[in-house]
Amino acid sequence: MMKSADVASTNGTEPATPKKGAKTAGVVATWADDRLGLAKATKGMSLRKVFPDHWSFMLGEIALWSFVVLLLTGVFLTLFFDPSMAEVQYNGSYDPLRGVHMSRAMASTLEISFDVRGGLLMRQMHHWAAMIFIAAMMIHLLRVYLTGAFRKPREINWIIGCTLLLLGTIEGFTGYSLPDDLLSGTGVRAADGFMKASPVIGTYMSFFLFGGEFPGDQIIPRFYAIHILLIPGILLALITFHLILVVYHKHTQWPGPGKTEENVVGPPLMPIYMAKAGGFFFIVFGMTALLGGLFTLNPVWKFGPYDPSKVTAGSQPDWYMGWPDGLLRIIPPWETHIWGVTFSWNIILPILVMPPLMLTVLIVLPFIESWITGDKREHHLLQRPRNAPTRTAVMAALITFYGLSWAAGGNDIIAIKMHLSINQITYFLRGAVIIGPILAFIITRRWCISLQRHDEGKLLHGYETGVIVRSPDGGYAEKHLPISEAAAYTLTARDREEVYSSNGAADEAGVAAPGGKKAEIANKVRGKLSELMYADNVQKPTAEELHDAQHHADHELHELENQIASGPNQHGPTSDH
Amino acid sequence: MTDSHDSIEPADSHGHGELVPDEPIANPGLPAHEPRPTDVDPAKEKRAEIQVAVLFALSGICSVLFVVSYFTFDVGDNWHVVGGLGASTVALGSTLAGALLFVGVGITHWARKLMGDHEIVEMRHPAYSEESDRQRALEDIKVGFEETGIARRPLIVFSGVGALGLLGLPAVVYLRDLGTLPGDKLEHTIWGQGGRKITIVEDGEEKEITVPKMRISRDAIGTPILASDLEIGDLVNAQPEVLFNPTRYYMEHADVEGAELQTHKSKASLILLRMEPGDIKPGKGREDWDVNGIVAYSKICTHVGCPISLNERTTHHLLCPCHQSTFDMADSGRVIFGPAGRPLPQLPIEVDEQGYLVAQSDFTEPVGPSYWERDYERDRFAEGD
Repeated sequence: MMKSADVASTNGTEPATPKKGAKTAGVVATWADDRLGLAKATKGMSLRKVFPDHWSFMLGEIALWSFVVLLLTGVFLTLFFDPSMAEVQYNGSYDPLRGVHMSRAMASTLEISFDVRGGLLMRQMHHWAAMIFIAAMMIHLLRVYLTGAFRKPREINWIIGCTLLLLGTIEGFTGYSLPDDLLSGTGVRAADGFMKASPVIGTYMSFFLFGGEFPGDQIIPRFYAIHILLIPGILLALITFHLILVVYHKHTQWPGPGKTEENVVGPPLMPIYMAKAGGFFFIVFGMTALLGGLFTLNPVWKFGPYDPSKVTAGSQPDWYMGWPDGLLRIIPPWETHIWGVTFSWNIILPILVMPPLMLTVLIVLPFIESWITGDKREHHLLQRPRNAPTRTAVMAALITFYGLSWAAGGNDIIAIKMHLSINQITYFLRGAVIIGPILAFIITRRWCISLQRHDEGKLLHGYETGVIVRSPDGGYAEKHLPISEAAAYTLTARDREEVYSSNGAADEAGVAAPGGKKAEIANKVRGKLSELMYADNVQKPTAEELHDAQHHADHELHELENQIASGPNQHGPTSDH
Repeated sequence: MTDSHDSIEPADSHGHGELVPDEPIANPGLPAHEPRPTDVDPAKEKRAEIQVAVLFALSGICSVLFVVSYFTFDVGDNWHVVGGLGASTVALGSTLAGALLFVGVGITHWARKLMGDHEIVEMRHPAYSEESDRQRALEDIKVGFEETGIARRPLIVFSGVGALGLLGLPAVVYLRDLGTLPGDKLEHTIWGQGGRKITIVEDGEEKEITVPKMRISRDAIGTPILASDLEIGDLVNAQPEVLFNPTRYYMEHADVEGAELQTHKSKASLILLRMEPGDIKPGKGREDWDVNGIVAYSKICTHVGCPISLNERTTHHLLCPCHQSTFDMADSGRVIFGPAGRPLPQLPIEVDEQGYLVAQSDFTEPVGPSYWERDYERDRFAEGD
């Protein structure tokens, strides 16, 4: 027991000289362990657990800490916010709205903003933290995807992560609707339209959610319950599980000298990672405070209370809702009327189909990939995006689709700022959201393969020194030098890929699976996809190839050096300058 | 606790670095630890220590300044403005940020410069359980299932599944009172309250009277609009007069207040536009829906329900600011651009005996966004030509 406390209170590099701090910590730890048996728990998860270090592993942490900031600032806001739609006359400190009728929700939001000291800061910190939360989740998702960190055994954590992104978005929407101001009310009005467009149950969904006909006096209190209780509860549970799995699987790491699939290399949880992560919490919190203090966000007092007959030009949702809103703008006016009912494709497609479809695509990506590759091994070493060209290209296509849709969400702003015709922007984007992703896929894939070739070149021929040498007979050549062993190893620390051949496996599967025809087709598809995924990739050289190339390079280098030594330009370009 | 995995010896990982056939380069193993300047130079170590302490001290100062700002800067109607924001917000935000950031940077600096920076190696274990544990768990499940006798007692299984399935009913039915049923609410607006026949009791006598036709009032101030008030090119946001003067239409004040008012506005909001009478291309059956070039359309977009507000004066085009659906006011509200799937509903108008603009009737089709039950066959007037 004491031993555990000793380890816990030292930094592990030097023998613990039992100073006062360490001693106190030991005493406290012993006291706690006598009652709780905590040291036993550290057998499962050592306090010296290793976390590999890389800047990109910090992105999820940003999301985590901004969620904590959201909880803290949110609790403060609940102390003052009144989620009621009862109509009151505003009599607070903000002069331009004095005397205006509004809901208590709006009035208490104004009170928080103008009459509670630090209230506006808290509101803005809460909103900024929400933006950061979602942005960090998205970038974290990209990191996990592009480095292959979603592969076995981490698929479940990938699904949890995608779910967190969805929940975070809904949480954000319900949150910014709460002040019941004109801008957010317009968003709620649109949400009402989305619900009503849902086949069969849409109108009922709307009437039940709004407690009757839109807008009613129920939606704000209901959103409030969803926003401060239901979704945060689920988020908290899922985030906890997400982190438990990170601990259980141990973090992935980049390949490099000394790193393998079987080990994990990095600083220990205590003290380094605790200090860095803990310190980072304060940094994220502090950045949020800085943003909240210096940058106005969602000035609801400028919009005024919600009135279904009013709207502001340039109405836009928070940025993370921008892409479905953009699709909603560029969808052609398709509606079908048949059998006495209405199919509003102009809403169903961009809102009810696309976002769930995008989420589904994200969730199934790991499973599609593992089906194509047939790879059932665990993976703990990350891959560089270039070393999985097709995977990277798929994400590039998705990002392009997202980005163009998002741009469409600001088509009016683009038109005004750039003096363009909104109609032409819209027509352009209608085509671009389809062609753009395809181009992005092709370009990214080829780009990745080029980068692989570049890596191969460095490995086989060394790196370019920038030193140009002229031979006695007038030829020019650039001097290449071999890269370090560590760098060379890191470049080669990846798997060789094999294109799945459908022929061989078809027989095998034909025997194993009875539905032979189906299995055969599936195998063919798998073979084709495998070819798309791998056939053009550059595989790392074999030991022999590398040896030959190095030998050749040595020889060339030697010759170059001889030329420099014997040639007329002895004081060559390097010594002249 | 001595964890055998806690090894700082790079040699430990050499085991995995053997030259595998086909692997071009063997894993060279962890590079040797390179001491930082603070590890070898006591002066630098001392300096880093002081830096951390200074950062922590700065945080403390910011916390004190936060408290000072809290009590110094006014909020309420006496706030001072710094760059568009209240002085209080700026001061509280900056000092709080300082208090937090300096702690964060201090801890990080401490970790990077002074805490041990040896990388340690831990071995991974596959995610799955030991085979023996797995077998035991599977065995437990098997035994557990056998003891329930589930396989032998289909009656229990079916009735049990049925009971659990039916439990879904209370769960769904319980939500019934969340809201009223739609009924035909979406097909009517408060414009229909004008011109209706009602029975009132006057001097102990029941008599049937006709409520006056609904006047069109200015949106903000509620005054009714004379046809002669509008010049060509004028665009007026309008509401039914009942929202401002319910008694004239035999309605209660409570019917047009609070949530009721919002609901009425969400359907009844109107746009009036006067154009050259010759510019209007009236739809079939809409020949007498305008008054001297004044036309009235629902303000609620037929896409997702935003109020439409942007008028292109020269073309009679109205643009929705939310998703840019554009409607032609001269041509039965036809969609000429954007995602809206239906024309804007037009309100048939006329003038009453005092020259005020009134609605002939309610809208002849549901206003606002489309919904599932919306039946085109029942629209008395379908799309303009």
